[in-house]
Amino acid sequence: MGKWTRRGFIAAGLVGGGVLAVGVGIREGHRAPKLAHLVADEDETLVNVWVKLSPDNTITAIVPHSEMGQGVFTSMAQMLADEMDADWEKVTFEQAPAHEGYANYPLGREFILGDTKVPGFVQDSLNGGFLRIAQSMGLQITGGSTAVRFTGMGGMRIAGAAAREMIVKAAAKEWDVKASELSTRKSMVLHEASGREAPYAEFAERAGKMSPPTQPKLKTPEEFTLMGKSLPRFDIPSKTDGTAEFGIDVDLPGMKYAAVMGAPVLGAETISVDDTYARDMPGVIKILDKGAFLAVVADGYWQAENAIRQLDVTWSETGAENLDQAEIFARMRSAIDDADGKGEEDVAIGNVRRASESAARVYEVEYSVPFLAHAAMEPLNATAWLRDGKIDLWSGLQNPLAVRDEIAGAYDVKKHDVTVHNVLLGGGFGRRSNPDYPLMAVEIAKEFDHPVKMIWSREQDTQQDWYRPASVSRFKAGLDANGMPVSWDNMFTEKHDPPEASHIPYKIDNQLIQYTNAEHHIRFGPWRSVDHTQHGFFIESFIDELADQAGMDGYAYRRKLLEHSPRYIAVLDAAAKAADWGREVPEGHGLGIALVDSFGTAVAQVVEVDVAGPEPRVVHVWCAADPGYAMNPDGFIAQIESGIIYGLTAALYGDITIEGGAVVQSNFHDYPMLRIDESPQISVEIINSGAKVGGGGEPGTPPIAPALANAVFAATGVRVRSQPIANFKEGLS
Amino acid sequence: MAQTRFTVNGEDRAVETDPSTPLLWVIREELKLTGTKFGCGIAQCGACTVHLDGTPVRSCSTPLAAAEGAEVTTIEGVASEDGTRHKVQAAWIEHQVPQCGYCQSGQIMSAVALLRDNPNPTDEDIDTAMRGNICRCGAYGRIRAAIKSAASA
Repeated sequence: MGKWTRRGFIAAGLVGGGVLAVGVGIREGHRAPKLAHLVADEDETLVNVWVKLSPDNTITAIVPHSEMGQGVFTSMAQMLADEMDADWEKVTFEQAPAHEGYANYPLGREFILGDTKVPGFVQDSLNGGFLRIAQSMGLQITGGSTAVRFTGMGGMRIAGAAAREMIVKAAAKEWDVKASELSTRKSMVLHEASGREAPYAEFAERAGKMSPPTQPKLKTPEEFTLMGKSLPRFDIPSKTDGTAEFGIDVDLPGMKYAAVMGAPVLGAETISVDDTYARDMPGVIKILDKGAFLAVVADGYWQAENAIRQLDVTWSETGAENLDQAEIFARMRSAIDDADGKGEEDVAIGNVRRASESAARVYEVEYSVPFLAHAAMEPLNATAWLRDGKIDLWSGLQNPLAVRDEIAGAYDVKKHDVTVHNVLLGGGFGRRSNPDYPLMAVEIAKEFDHPVKMIWSREQDTQQDWYRPASVSRFKAGLDANGMPVSWDNMFTEKHDPPEASHIPYKIDNQLIQYTNAEHHIRFGPWRSVDHTQHGFFIESFIDELADQAGMDGYAYRRKLLEHSPRYIAVLDAAAKAADWGREVPEGHGLGIALVDSFGTAVAQVVEVDVAGPEPRVVHVWCAADPGYAMNPDGFIAQIESGIIYGLTAALYGDITIEGGAVVQSNFHDYPMLRIDESPQISVEIINSGAKVGGGGEPGTPPIAPALANAVFAATGVRVRSQPIANFKEGLS
Repeated sequence: MAQTRFTVNGEDRAVETDPSTPLLWVIREELKLTGTKFGCGIAQCGACTVHLDGTPVRSCSTPLAAAEGAEVTTIEGVASEDGTRHKVQAAWIEHQVPQCGYCQSGQIMSAVALLRDNPNPTDEDIDTAMRGNICRCGAYGRIRAAIKSAASA
């Protein structure tokens, strides 16, 4: 029995009875047999919880992540199959069921919440690989750009390599030859000396009874046959012919439909509901007052939605009824004033006060960003069915296991009586990591013996979100006689995740980064790249201002402060070169640059903007990204392109505002999205530096807003210190 | 209630739904053709695009009554009868366009109509025909490339 595999398993088994089944082979008497029935059909041998080998030699990767557009099924299978020397033509995937064999909630929660203290009894038995897996797998969560860098690197590859070694060992026994005389290729075992060859499946049964290897040997990049290739994604054909099934497409016998309405002022509850008109509308079956929200259940969704709009509701007062956006920002500024330089400490290096006092001069600036909604294309929805003491839920979820546990807890049923059927997500961006909407679906469906599909209107989706927080950030830099920074003093509001988002890549000897908070009732949600969205804008705008103060261009100034990091210089140089930085640009155009390292991937972007029209138009974005190694280059590029458009949409237009305590915007007419005619040309260059593998889903987003703002400055001489940037001319006279 | 008769992907259909119901919900909930998506309900995002007598329309804002006697084509009816993908679908795969994929039925319906009326569209033509379709995954560059590649196929 392999040391780390066995002990890893035991460690997982020790935490609260939950299983940290992280894809490491069948271990007789351990947990894998209990998992087996969930992922294996009759006459298949489960060689590993992350890999299935069928009698027809098909290899199935069990992927513990949700597909929301990032191509995770393919990249995970690719990493496993390469280590396994599998025949890609016969590799497929299955999404892991929401089962604690695939994760461990309490352990994972500790890691996810940033408590890096590993419980002592686990510590002994966790090596680095396991710890990484635990971090990403804990909640069976899809977010934080974790799939490739944690699950893939720490799990899929190990699982594939272990499976291959076991098959080879089994073949050696079967053929009575030395394992070292065998080689593998395209799911076949070959014995060169005798010319024998046989498919993996022939050895599956024997391999299934063997102990997994202690430390399966992983390939070096030179040995990769599938990793590093732009293999087409599994899920794409079904997304071109209407057959891909999203949560909203689930169809069950006897199913009815629910529309919902939440309190306009988040946190309010119903006092009275007048349904005189709504209750007699066609198709209406039941009107439910759940306090925190209302639901109308009807024969069809349209009927339900029509009826719910006719309800006359009185909501309780929460005290937030007079809160407006300007007041929220004012409170943030007051909080920073009140902290008086003594906020919660984030980074403290050197002595900022002394450095600032002895600086040639001090430069101070304040930035802000507004609230943002996620606006995934598929409005939130979930279908629930309660029968015989069991609960079934169908929904696109970024965290299916946590949803299962929340449902079990809320309705006092055993966890194994709750089945979560995770289907494709029509966009996630962080929104679908929150369990609010599946819980609402169960709360509605519990009143019926038939399934109920709850669909949020776009208006609900926009106004009942968990928002990228509005925040304010104030900077004070001490500059030497040449304009180079000797001190970096920053105080901001709203610190969430990841903790390093407010840190700077630049070498400045004295740094004090602090935060504070202002009271308001708008709820926080992780939004693509989380805190990096605002800090990318704050930091990279401010450094650009400092460059200008020094009379240098932004590229040269950054380069000078990055001499300690060849990796950052490389992406910066690549983006600048691609954009032909320093060239003459057409009248009304400007170039702006920004660099953000997030989720392990360093990204530099150059934006060319055209400000001749009423609103700035981004012509071209040149991007250089270093994820260490891109497992599926085209998939990685697609993620970066996506991150850029998502971030550009927010930078140009994104503005959720509060009036009378409620969200003002409601749909795409007043919360506009970037469209194809406003979409820039995007050029992405990948740098495979060999650094630790980083993520792909989020790192494209943070640099785009500052690169755009800096480009606007280059074109106009106007500094844009708040968003949305489309409005920047309104402030000018 | 009065019957509304129309064809969907070449098949005769008759429904007894309130004729003011948006065509989208009839297609999805009654005809069980769920490839056509709900996105905004106010004809802003294009996820619900279908062809009504060949013209792309937003089915979320088109009443069932408008389909009386008409030919409706949905994403499920784009491929040839023998199952061969439409050149737009093939180009979508070639360029690996979809990410989450939720908007793509609508995108493809708009692109199919564009290329039928204008086999060699310019960038401007593409902008005009496709600007009604939002993609939150930001696949616009690939959509443009795929349309051009389908045009030359």
